[in-house]
Amino acid sequence: MESVLETRVRQVRVFLNSNYAAAYAARDADVDVIAAYPITPQTGVVEKLSEIIANGELDAEMIHVESEHSALSAIVGASAVGARVFTATSSQGLEFMHEVLHIASGMRLPLVMSVATRAISAPINIWNDYSDLMNVRDSSWITFIASTAQEVYDSIIEAYMVSEDPRVLLPSIVAYDGFWMSHTYEPLYIPEDRGIVSKMLPRRPRYVLDPDNPITMGSLVNPDWYYEIKYQQVEAMKEACRVVREADVKIKEYLGRAYEPIESYMAEDSEILVLTYGGAYETLQSAVDMLRSEGLRVGALKLRLWRPFPVGDLKSKVGGAKTLIVVDRAISYGASIEGPVALEVIAALHREGLHPTISSFIAGIGGRPVSEEDFKGMVKKALKLGDKALKIGSIHWGVRGVSYE
Amino acid sequence: MSSTPSIRGVRDLQREEFFAPGHGLCAGCTAGTIIRHLLKVSGRNTIIVNATGCVEVSTTIYPYTSWKIPWLHVAFENAAAAASGVEAALKAMARKGLVDPERRINIIVLAGDGGTYDIGFQALSGMLERGHRVMYVLYDNEAYMNTGIQRSGSTPLHAWTTTTPIGRVLRGKMQFKKPIADIVAAHRIPYVATANVAYPIDMDQKFLKGLQVDGPSFIHVLQPCPTGWRFDPRYGIKVGKLAVETAMWINWEMTVEGFKVTTRVPKRKHVRHYLTIQGRFKGLTDEEIEEIQRLVDNEVERINKMVGEEVIGPLAD
Repeated sequence: MESVLETRVRQVRVFLNSNYAAAYAARDADVDVIAAYPITPQTGVVEKLSEIIANGELDAEMIHVESEHSALSAIVGASAVGARVFTATSSQGLEFMHEVLHIASGMRLPLVMSVATRAISAPINIWNDYSDLMNVRDSSWITFIASTAQEVYDSIIEAYMVSEDPRVLLPSIVAYDGFWMSHTYEPLYIPEDRGIVSKMLPRRPRYVLDPDNPITMGSLVNPDWYYEIKYQQVEAMKEACRVVREADVKIKEYLGRAYEPIESYMAEDSEILVLTYGGAYETLQSAVDMLRSEGLRVGALKLRLWRPFPVGDLKSKVGGAKTLIVVDRAISYGASIEGPVALEVIAALHREGLHPTISSFIAGIGGRPVSEEDFKGMVKKALKLGDKALKIGSIHWGVRGVSYE
Repeated sequence: MSSTPSIRGVRDLQREEFFAPGHGLCAGCTAGTIIRHLLKVSGRNTIIVNATGCVEVSTTIYPYTSWKIPWLHVAFENAAAAASGVEAALKAMARKGLVDPERRINIIVLAGDGGTYDIGFQALSGMLERGHRVMYVLYDNEAYMNTGIQRSGSTPLHAWTTTTPIGRVLRGKMQFKKPIADIVAAHRIPYVATANVAYPIDMDQKFLKGLQVDGPSFIHVLQPCPTGWRFDPRYGIKVGKLAVETAMWINWEMTVEGFKVTTRVPKRKHVRHYLTIQGRFKGLTDEEIEEIQRLVDNEVERINKMVGEEVIGPLAD
């Protein structure tokens, strides 16, 4: 903790992996209740938070639950009485929570969860991809995908801003690569005075369980009302897009770091754009530099906000590019395009009347590394296949025994 | 427990109602009676966490509610986990001055046998082990009544349900009722009791004790179900009484001071008095009824041994 960043808020430089960055963000958000169950590669979050509470750095109740299902259920209960809550999980743990994910959003509770993304069994595999996160796509959680430990920290603070906003009241996930990020140390800045984060996150009144004003939460709703109630979630999710942008401004104002729902690198004059998410974005930027030195006008895009999907941002970032290559880290089995983000991008651009040549790649499944050379290879492959690429569906990059000629 | 104020009769209960009429429970359902008494004991400063089940679906049909106190339902298997969160939140928020630290709020789980014996068992065990100050009230109607009478871990031997028909080969449920209160007591929590809606003062006294201990408590209440047990809706209390009189059900409590039977039965009736009033045991052979009688005899012997005297008497008729 030697160097200091002079922004509106005085910040110190720390050296953390993304798991610890998540834990420090929960600490600085002054959460009241944490319930979590250890799972590789998320475990560091639970361990660090236990240490923080044991040392008296945070006044919170840590519920050492007997499963992820109970972890999420416990913070749903805690949030229902008005507490600020946090949990963290990964892979099988996120799948085990699935039922309660929908309940949490349906009850409009502002929970925040970090997810160190990991492949799903079977075969059992503890390494990184985004299959776990993509499986919870339709559970109505606002979903950020971070690329650096700094972004993990900032996004968790931002997630509380957005989730607790009365116009939104939906839970948030902040996801990042298991192992590639959860276990890799990076320098980042965090506020020297934690009180400043509390100022960024004022406690806001909402409906809670209170004997002085009794309400019934989680009641049975029949066909006469169910759809109207679920439609309010549709509206809240749309509203969240605006609220995220406002929160981005606030993060910049206080912490000096600028975020956008879709971020770009060397994209303005690019003919070819490559879009990905998570830690791979850093590698992609290096690949862009290498391809640029070969004379290709390539740029990189990063999807930071997965839900709600930032259609307008995508449109303006893609602009007049001729070729768009989407590199997914998950498989939607049996889909027309098996890359879940590619599928979304195609729908969004069609809606907005943009028609670049699109190709969908899937890479890095089950922890297989995705290098600069892989990105370069995917770009060259996409250029070679042109319009034919999408007819294939998604191209499974680097799988032995499969060729796309 | 000697300092506990006691409930000697209905006059010791407050007149205020916290469970409103107009709910959709079946005619003659004794769950409503249990809840009404429970809330009269717990009073206004109470948060109920209800597992999915009959009570949940029939008392909160949007936009109506029968609950005049704060009430939460999350899902079927996680009421104990959600209640753990409620309790932890109130503790943390009291320390931070976000809620009144002087106010003691009763946190009560209300769950059926499906949500307790079976799907909710893991969450329950976790809550007990962690020692949350939550009173868990199990209303036990011995099957999945909300989905239409399917067997649960609580269904007794040879009872008919839609998934345990009394056929030529299989004779109702072929397994025993899981001794859930014993399993809960094995967690060494401060207060465990069994109660029966037909003995309301004993039941209410147990609710009161359960709310006063510093830690988890568990009250297992037998809840005769006219719809699932196939008896005339007017006989709910009679069936409950017969359960105790035949020793098919024993009212007891376990505290730090030890084990105590709270409803003594000087002379026991034969189990057929309890079984033949219910359609779910219709068609059992005399041998099968005697098989159930032997189970009860063994249990009575075990209980008497544990107490050290004959609290449940011999079979009289």
